[in-house]
Amino acid sequence: MSDSLASHAGSHGAHAAHHPDLQHHFDTLDQQHEAATLGMWLFLITEVLFFGGLFLAYMLYRVWYPVAWAEASRELDIVLGAFNTAVLIGSSLTMAFAVRSAQTGKQRATVVWILLTMALGLVFLIVKYFEYKEKFEHHHVPGPNFVFEGPQAGPAQIYFSLYFLMTGLHATHMIIGFFIMAVVAWMAHKKRFSPDWYTPVEISGLYWHFVDIVWIFLFPLLYLVDRAGHFA
Amino acid sequence: MAGHISPKSTYYAVFAVLMVGTAITVAVAFVNLGSFNFPVAIGIAITKATLVILFFMHARYSSRLTKLFVGTAFFFLAILLGLTMTDVLSRGLKTYPGGAGGSGYGVRAPLATGGAAGAPREGAH
Repeated sequence: MSDSLASHAGSHGAHAAHHPDLQHHFDTLDQQHEAATLGMWLFLITEVLFFGGLFLAYMLYRVWYPVAWAEASRELDIVLGAFNTAVLIGSSLTMAFAVRSAQTGKQRATVVWILLTMALGLVFLIVKYFEYKEKFEHHHVPGPNFVFEGPQAGPAQIYFSLYFLMTGLHATHMIIGFFIMAVVAWMAHKKRFSPDWYTPVEISGLYWHFVDIVWIFLFPLLYLVDRAGHFA
Repeated sequence: MAGHISPKSTYYAVFAVLMVGTAITVAVAFVNLGSFNFPVAIGIAITKATLVILFFMHARYSSRLTKLFVGTAFFFLAILLGLTMTDVLSRGLKTYPGGAGGSGYGVRAPLATGGAAGAPREGAH
């Protein structure tokens, strides 16, 4: 590390020697880390409001069509939903350990924890695939082939539109997160991180945990809230 | 730049609470609490999300500026959901005796279900 530090400083001529991961427009690694964290949270604010719009649509239509909401939500598989919730919470735990390994300078462990996180993410997406497949088979996909018995067919179609929009947008975030994790795992494999600089692990971790939080709300709202049958 | 390094036990404890919370929310869903099912489910979800933000996302150990940003997200979300829902939920309220706004409390949906009561159309009241 000391050679690369020296040669890096040399290539900058008059510049004083500094940590190779410190960008020139920051004074210290701490300041750089703080800026990166803040930037990620700023992005997550926009994400909260992005999903917030869909949650608002969900709330409005649920208030308007409580009976349809109760009937349609019972079509979802509560076992698969609960399983996927556990899988995502598990992936948040492995992600937290990935960041911790990076903080303590354990590069191999960082790679392993990130790969585990990716594996759990993949399990979630595979389960989601089978849930979607079942919806197609039962004609619960909004559109010309939508079928729902009883007088609630119209608003039930709204429920399933929101179901696919919300879980679909969430799954898209999972897929993006999967590829971000692949890049971070590769960087960890190349020993790019140290206890001084592990920002990509921390920042991608924030994203991963955010996606977990979205599911923490989607699961009860879509699968659970109207199970007890007080509308039926 | 070490940042705060949480002990592994903290992460295991948070994970355990999140799993227990998931189990409780599934169990409670099958108990008929009337209109309390929804607030209970949301309450558990908010608790779980808070734990993830504080410990997994290190918000608890972040700078005050970062904490302010975290709070901002939920402040604006509260405006989005809160103001819209208070509007929608109060539209059926009677504004004055014998006045417009229907009889007492009610929420009117734009789409008819079953055609029993007839759909209130735009401008119907």
